[in-house]
Amino acid sequence: MNNDRTAALTKKNYKPKRSSFKELLQRNRDSGGYLFRKNVGHWFFVFVRGVLLFGLCFLILQPLLNKIALSFMSEADIFDPTVHNIPREFTTDNYTMTALLMTYWMSLRNTFFLTLVIAFLQVAACTFVGYGFARFKFPLKNFWFGCVMVLILVPPQTILSTLYLHFYNFDVFGIITFFRGLFFTPAQEGDVLGPLNLLGSPLPYLMMSATCMGLKNGLYIYMIRQYFRNVPKDIEEAAYVDGCGKFKTFYAIMLPDAKAIIVSCFLFSFVWQWTDSLFSNLFLRSMNVLSSTVGTLDESLTDYFISNYGRNAFPSLGYQQQIVATGMLMFIAPLILLYLVAQKGFVESISQSGIKM
Amino acid sequence: METVKTVETTDSRQGKKPLSMPPQKGGLAGKIQNLPMNTKNAIAGYLFISPFIIGFLAFMFFPMLESVRMSFSEVTMDLATARFSLAFTGFENYRWVFRVDPEFMRLLTEELRNMAFSVPAVIVFSFFVALILNQKFKFRGVVRSVFFLPVILSAGVMLGLENSNALLRDMQDLVRESNAMTSTITGVLEDLIGRTGFTFMDVLLEYVFATINRIYDIALISGIQIIIFLSGLQTISPSMYEASKIEGATAWENFWKITFPMISSLILVNVIYSVIDYFVRSDNRVMAKVTGAISGDVAYGHSFAMAWSYFGIVIVIVGILALIISRKVYYYE
Repeated sequence: MNNDRTAALTKKNYKPKRSSFKELLQRNRDSGGYLFRKNVGHWFFVFVRGVLLFGLCFLILQPLLNKIALSFMSEADIFDPTVHNIPREFTTDNYTMTALLMTYWMSLRNTFFLTLVIAFLQVAACTFVGYGFARFKFPLKNFWFGCVMVLILVPPQTILSTLYLHFYNFDVFGIITFFRGLFFTPAQEGDVLGPLNLLGSPLPYLMMSATCMGLKNGLYIYMIRQYFRNVPKDIEEAAYVDGCGKFKTFYAIMLPDAKAIIVSCFLFSFVWQWTDSLFSNLFLRSMNVLSSTVGTLDESLTDYFISNYGRNAFPSLGYQQQIVATGMLMFIAPLILLYLVAQKGFVESISQSGIKM
Repeated sequence: METVKTVETTDSRQGKKPLSMPPQKGGLAGKIQNLPMNTKNAIAGYLFISPFIIGFLAFMFFPMLESVRMSFSEVTMDLATARFSLAFTGFENYRWVFRVDPEFMRLLTEELRNMAFSVPAVIVFSFFVALILNQKFKFRGVVRSVFFLPVILSAGVMLGLENSNALLRDMQDLVRESNAMTSTITGVLEDLIGRTGFTFMDVLLEYVFATINRIYDIALISGIQIIIFLSGLQTISPSMYEASKIEGATAWENFWKITFPMISSLILVNVIYSVIDYFVRSDNRVMAKVTGAISGDVAYGHSFAMAWSYFGIVIVIVGILALIISRKVYYYE
């Protein structure tokens, strides 16, 4: 009898049946106090963990919740010391105002399609390159991989202005000048048909994305390479023996297995591209992407006040604050929506892709 | 692999068609088909990485070269054609950055100190959070997604907006000041423990309290690190823990003998990522100064000299850290 009990206790998933308190005490005595000690320790741990997690989650969410509260308040509520977090006069005026200032729906559409295309180009290019680095031997491989490291390490800010001028006078080894001179005659006498000015269109950035030079692309190449490096060689060899070409092996055999890592790279790329201000301000400004309209929100609010209420009118600090908070919410709302939809895929795919760095 | 190779070599030597091979094409295609395996591999490899090579040469290498050249010269810009004219001045710009500019050295040392302060905190925090998130509990999915929110919240323009929130900042300062009167939890604890001296323990305690006070900043910059640690934790096979449990190891021992060594390579990755991320992010004041010098003062020479000396320092720091940590890293395979 006694032996049975201790045997049951040592079992991993032992759960005490609902029994009288007396019986429980008896069982505890049988185990030499182990049962209580273990349970108390366990529940204490669960409690501490719960409090900690709740606290940290609250810490992260609190600014967001604060902004939501702020965005629904009327202007009078901000200056009312008795209003705290819950708006007295619930209003959605801030949203209408911000949407007007940001030209929200048009910007949203532009940003969405542009970001989608850019993220797709970046991830496609990085997948090719990462696969090339992981599965083939070729001369100067280490040198080129060193270049990937340089790409990861050099902050884009250091080359941004030269890049800007590079696209202002875009020319590849004089080829474009040559062809323009060949096919077009100058509109005015004395015009020099020189290099192209590509600024003001999203083309430069699309080119950069298609050639792995976008935001944090070195990181994606690295992650994808690390993934493909861990795929056993046998699979590939079996494909070759069966007469599968190199490219077909890549897209028919290797790619379907790499879905997890590619999806997570795509989501990273999408999020970072969406929130990027560096390249967007340089190349995509004419497209009215959200990240640049939200960045200049307070300026456009002041402009709006001046043009509507006269030269000396300016928005109060509190109202400006509200508009910026609303703008930020509207800016990240699509991302959060996407994140909630893809949450399972995002979090689980990253953790299950088993990237070994 | 071997069989394929032999088929290939006999094929090219004798010019005979092996039975299993598809009919040979003439012209260029045939020539490519007849190449040895290694050459074919090399060609395929180069084809696969060709986007990177083109991009690197066109959009990275030449702009980089140009900016290095500018850092060594006096730059004047011709507004009509938007072209630079450079006059070589040697190390003049660098001398200016380190000896004349009143801010650069101060900002640099401050940011280095802050980095040394925040990176260990980020690593410990993200490792700790990843360990918790790897356990089983209710609402794990929800909690995980909350912890990855900082990836969105701290990216790009969001950071700038958050920082430029002048009113909010003023209010926070006000709250902090009024709290200094009434005292915070950490303040009370500090008073209770009574830090007086400058012994190691005191310095450590001060560090811990300072970290707790700015835990939100730390949580905000450790989103990616948590993901990397979590992915690493999930690759550790559970059979290891089972085996050690049967041998009678406690959870504490498991942590130091299994989890920690298995995850150590990711600690290296995360340290390097955090350091680079810290130096490159747009709210870093040195970075702000570098970009400000271009857009504000139009001082290209100075700006690039600053950028490259800053970059050089970062590379040296990353190199040293990588060397030190990689000695301790344990590789399983």
